[in-house]
Amino acid sequence: MDEIKLEKLYSQMARMRSFELAASDLWQRGMISGELHLGTGEEAVVAGVVAHLVEGDAMALDHRSTPPLVARGADIKLLASELLGWQDGICRGRGGHMHLFVPDLLSASSGIVGSSGPLGVGFALAASRLRPGKVAVCFFGEGAMNQGMMLESLNLAVSWKLPLVFVCKDNGWAITTRSKDVTSGRLERRARAFGMPSWRVNGLRADKVWEASRRAISRARAGGGPAFILARCTHLDGHFLGDPLLRVLEDPVGQMREIGEPLIKSVASEGATWKEKVAGLGSIGKTISVVALERRLRKLDPLEVTGKLLGDKALELRAEAESEIEAEVAKALKGREGL
Amino acid sequence: MRMTFSQAIEEAIAYAMAQDERVIVFGEDVHLLRMNLLARFGPQRVMNTPISESAFLGAAVGAAMAGLRPIVEVMLVDFIGVCLDALLNQAAKVEAFSGGRWRVPMVVRASCGGGYGDAGQHEQCLWGLLAGIPGLAVVVPSNPADACGLMLASILNNSPVVFLEHKLLSDYWLLYLGSGGRKNVSFDVPSDGAEGEVPLPLSAVPIGSAKVRRAGKDIAIITLGVSVHRALEAAEKLWGRGIEAEVIDLRSVSPLDSEAILSAAAKTRRVLVVDEDYLGFGLSGEVAAIISSSGIQSSFARIGPLQAIPYARHLEDEVLPGADDIFRAAFDLIQR
Repeated sequence: MDEIKLEKLYSQMARMRSFELAASDLWQRGMISGELHLGTGEEAVVAGVVAHLVEGDAMALDHRSTPPLVARGADIKLLASELLGWQDGICRGRGGHMHLFVPDLLSASSGIVGSSGPLGVGFALAASRLRPGKVAVCFFGEGAMNQGMMLESLNLAVSWKLPLVFVCKDNGWAITTRSKDVTSGRLERRARAFGMPSWRVNGLRADKVWEASRRAISRARAGGGPAFILARCTHLDGHFLGDPLLRVLEDPVGQMREIGEPLIKSVASEGATWKEKVAGLGSIGKTISVVALERRLRKLDPLEVTGKLLGDKALELRAEAESEIEAEVAKALKGREGL
Repeated sequence: MRMTFSQAIEEAIAYAMAQDERVIVFGEDVHLLRMNLLARFGPQRVMNTPISESAFLGAAVGAAMAGLRPIVEVMLVDFIGVCLDALLNQAAKVEAFSGGRWRVPMVVRASCGGGYGDAGQHEQCLWGLLAGIPGLAVVVPSNPADACGLMLASILNNSPVVFLEHKLLSDYWLLYLGSGGRKNVSFDVPSDGAEGEVPLPLSAVPIGSAKVRRAGKDIAIITLGVSVHRALEAAEKLWGRGIEAEVIDLRSVSPLDSEAILSAAAKTRRVLVVDEDYLGFGLSGEVAAIISSSGIQSSFARIGPLQAIPYARHLEDEVLPGADDIFRAAFDLIQR
């Protein structure tokens, strides 16, 4: 892979990050009401895959749907307006960040875990019949790999030999539950067992993801059938903004005061044996300490990891992306601040 | 004793778990959501699951058939779509198909309802859909006392019960999904629903019995959940216009308290149903059918969502029934 392409990949990553940070800012200011699941930490995975898509290809997205749409070239101002719930948003304020539908880009998202699997199968089926040579990709987390409909989709895609690439973004957490505590075997092997090629890549390195996606997508385009990519990454802002686990880390004294008293009362009340009670408390403690440890590992930021390959050029690209995205978001906000 | 809505539910579950070792809790993220139960009863009785609703909800049916009394959590009732078979074709059929010889004592616990900007994949009520399945009971408390009493009754019940807790009443759900710890967003939380007195010692509230929240002779507003509080607000305004509105809190969608519905219809001759679940093919139509097949002459109106719940807060407000909508609908019905 040549340097120019890496710069393009990084530039897309920076655009995605800038958009997510702008959305986060709107949320912090109270201009977005409910949940907001940011894709900060997934940028290298998304950039490496989306770089291979062309007009007529489709994307089935999960609840972190803004980064792939930004990378695919969706209108930034319309996306921002949608998050703000405005009539001129990309879904007229009716969808919000979990339910973005962009027909021109054949891209649709959903807030139901695992639903991008069957949707991707359908997109790929339509591509094979109506647009030969075009492909579909579906994005989902490793938590979705335990969802029945996702496993059924892996089987169906292979059975029908569809042009579909499954992209599993593995951050190790299924909401606030550690995936390894509720997942059997290894996911890249699980996918292989369905009879498709499966690659495990470093999801912090856009070049590595790009390389694996090139193989998977060109194979699918040529009629070779589906493939699976498992990309290890992290969510820098937790499951969603205001993630209770992160709040404990940010304000341990305040949160422990709130959580601690009922917890102590519960342990002291009649219930299980002491051994079981200790095991219960241990599970809570372990969860919080694993989150704390992951927080300290800033090397988990894909913009830093991939950016290192570009040296100072990365800073320049980042600044460019930031000013582009900020200008577009400002356009969305223009004349309507305080609404 | 004063409790929040969520504390009241937890009190009931803890009480039942202490009484009966067969009561267990499992579902997504319960080690975080039910931290206190985990610390008290240990990880053998409070179990985290993967995001595999079909498997674990189906497993709850099997576990209940084989002697346990599971409380199984699917986080948001919207997610029931993923695993509906376990309820529709399994849990609800065992008793019927076994000629009553085999029962399924399980509770499905889920949050429901909107009003915080999460859109219609996370804010539906779906109680009409679920109550339409014979063999399932569906309960929807509107305050802490009923939340505690109905949870106890649900656990003690020998057949499957779906227990729905409205997110505007549940402080932690609203914290997780609505504010995320922010102070600059607000939600229209009915204070009497989110916190209130729970009678001690804890006792079960019978499933299938409605409650008159406010007596009146001119019109009966029949409703449940958060809408009870909206209806009480509207009733106060109607009173200011010289109209005496009765407010009935159904508390259970299935079984439905037809006696309470009919006596309110006979008394007021005007019935307004306020539903936060979809208006078509659901609870409000069921209430109308009960009244019209009884022969009681009563005028009838209903309000509730006719479409998917939109994301933007102002659009959501247009779709969900609020106190002003109820006031207007009641006023129109009286004028009719």
